[in-house]
Amino acid sequence: MFKKRVLSFILALISIITCLSLAGCGEKDNAAQVYFLNFKPESAAAYEELAQKYEEEKGIKVKVVTAAANTYEQTLKSEIAKTNAPTIFQVNGPIGYDAWDDYCLDIKDSQLYSFLSDKSLAIMDDGGVYAIPYVVEGYGIIYNNDILNKYFALKDRQTEINSTKEIKNFESLKTVVEDMTKHKDKLGIKGVFASTSLTTGEDWRWQTHLLNIPLYYEASQINKDTDPTLNLLDAKNIEYKYSKNFENIFDLYVNNSSTAKTLLGSKSVADSMAEFALGEVAMVQNGNWAWSQISGVKGNTVKADAIKMLPIYTGIEGEESQGICVGTENYLAINKNSTKEQQKASLDFLEWLFSSSTGKKYVTEELNFITPFNTFNEDELPDDPLAREISRYMNDNSLKSIPWVFTAMPSENYKKSIGSDLLDYVQGNKTWDDVRKTIIDKWKDESK
Amino acid sequence: MNISAKKYFPIFVLPTLIAFLISFAVPFIMGLALSFTQFTTVTDATFVGFDNYIKAFSEDTGFLSSLWFTVKFSLISVLSINVIAFSLALLLTRSLPGTNIFRTVFFMPNLIGGIVLGYIWQVIINGILYNFQYSITSNESFGFWGLIILMNWQMIGYMMIIYIAGIQNIPTDITEAAKVDGANSFTTLFKIIIPSVMPSITICLFLTITNSFKLFDQNLSLTAGAPSGRTEMLALNIYNTFYGRVGYEGVGQAKAVVFFIIVALISLIQLNITRRKEVES
Repeated sequence: MFKKRVLSFILALISIITCLSLAGCGEKDNAAQVYFLNFKPESAAAYEELAQKYEEEKGIKVKVVTAAANTYEQTLKSEIAKTNAPTIFQVNGPIGYDAWDDYCLDIKDSQLYSFLSDKSLAIMDDGGVYAIPYVVEGYGIIYNNDILNKYFALKDRQTEINSTKEIKNFESLKTVVEDMTKHKDKLGIKGVFASTSLTTGEDWRWQTHLLNIPLYYEASQINKDTDPTLNLLDAKNIEYKYSKNFENIFDLYVNNSSTAKTLLGSKSVADSMAEFALGEVAMVQNGNWAWSQISGVKGNTVKADAIKMLPIYTGIEGEESQGICVGTENYLAINKNSTKEQQKASLDFLEWLFSSSTGKKYVTEELNFITPFNTFNEDELPDDPLAREISRYMNDNSLKSIPWVFTAMPSENYKKSIGSDLLDYVQGNKTWDDVRKTIIDKWKDESK
Repeated sequence: MNISAKKYFPIFVLPTLIAFLISFAVPFIMGLALSFTQFTTVTDATFVGFDNYIKAFSEDTGFLSSLWFTVKFSLISVLSINVIAFSLALLLTRSLPGTNIFRTVFFMPNLIGGIVLGYIWQVIINGILYNFQYSITSNESFGFWGLIILMNWQMIGYMMIIYIAGIQNIPTDITEAAKVDGANSFTTLFKIIIPSVMPSITICLFLTITNSFKLFDQNLSLTAGAPSGRTEMLALNIYNTFYGRVGYEGVGQAKAVVFFIIVALISLIQLNITRRKEVES
């Protein structure tokens, strides 16, 4: 009997100790004043390093947690309900802000906001400023100049176009691409365009980024004096009158692809970027964030100085002066429900990141961000070929960049259903008219 | 005996009870409550009544088509898994050489996680379909049969082990008596073996039905609902509703409650029916 008692006592003791030690772990976390929930998995390592640097320099602990690709909303939803919620988090634009407006602190008086060169970029609501973009990104058609030059050197090519400078609209792009497809064996490529990745979750380059172009042209006509993104946000219905133009470019991608139509449903973005990096294709639609993917592919053959970018032409009138698509869907917000000290510490951290010399060095060299802040000089830009192309286009005054109006799309579901329709279209189960109907009808349904 | 059981209750039952409360009862009640509200995170919610339930059924959120797909899938997979697992169990309870190795081999797929299995089978199936210029998303029937194959591959080993245990528990005097009375193997199977392993059949049917209905990881990694959500099962549909659109978290929650009721009802009915057929040996 006595032995049993001792045993049960020991067991009880052990369970109490375990409980205490678990609680102890929780407390340790509390010491972190700043908790940053990072959106970009490709930058996770750089942020970890940065947090350590900051602790060494300022003695304040920064906790960085990175959500896995495509799971930011899920992670944020569960993290923000915890006692130790993120103090800095990210919203993906006006629609994202709608979901999180109860959690965003007004940061109108912060230094961070004063850094912003174009104040209109921030997300404002009732005179307050609730989220600030921290990176400007751009996308277009990335091409391998070596392969293009090889094509222009061909004796039996049938086009009048002699250099990529002469590709100024959809017509010229199409003739070059189709003629290149005819000569693909001579050029040593499998196809002109990399696979149009249409696996679920890998189709954002089409249902979001490519659709941005016809939507932008429509939005800018709704009211010429106001911002096209705001026009779209207010629109309960869209006409989608540039359906034909979307079809033009999408068909061009699919018909001149390295992969047969029926197999596109199994391709991912990483597959496409690998094809480009290995020199199997000449062009791929993507943005400057893809640089890390291109340079990270083992045995890549494409040379850094041969990587250039073209605007995405769709055959819309006046597109000769169209630039690439430049914008952001990365806005930082401060958690309203965290303590005053935490909010201050979080802002301090961000201000340090975007204005101190150590912070700025990380931003340009490790994170490869082109920022919208005036604390960065013109020579403080990331040094990768795609970022250089973005800056080149942004600084070219003869060209007009297309803003990212897709941040006004009503929901994730909306994008998803267009993605599935595009897959059905390439597999021959749906017509282009069905896709058009989905784009119009779903907009109405989802923005109810 | 009774007194000491009472005395030790806090030590032996309390930890489990607390764990059960924290990880099951509380989330369950919260989930039930949240299905009547609109919320962004689980700590802030406003009451909206039955709105979410109405939306879950009436709007085009794919709930009913997913339900139909899930029912079809469950029917076929429950049948095939149990038939194959039982036949294997019959085979491997004979005194053949190497039965232990085979039992281990058949059981092994069950030890691999669902997500990994899904990706492995996606590669295998795509590898075959590529030869015909198709991929698993080309047609929903590819996805459907892919899921069936995957589910069979994973569950057969587990069910087989349960059936083997059941078959080995049949007293040999019954089977020997049957042999002496001149019963052939067919009669022995239907009159002796199957009635005697009824408890195993109950548990195997229960496990396969509930697992088929609740299938999520495998569905997500094999097809993720492509093409156009036509291979989306209930659990995945709920997940997509929850995260797909701002303000639809409550609808996802409502669907989850309906889902729970369906699964609970079906498994209760099944347990009741098969229990009645169990015999005392």
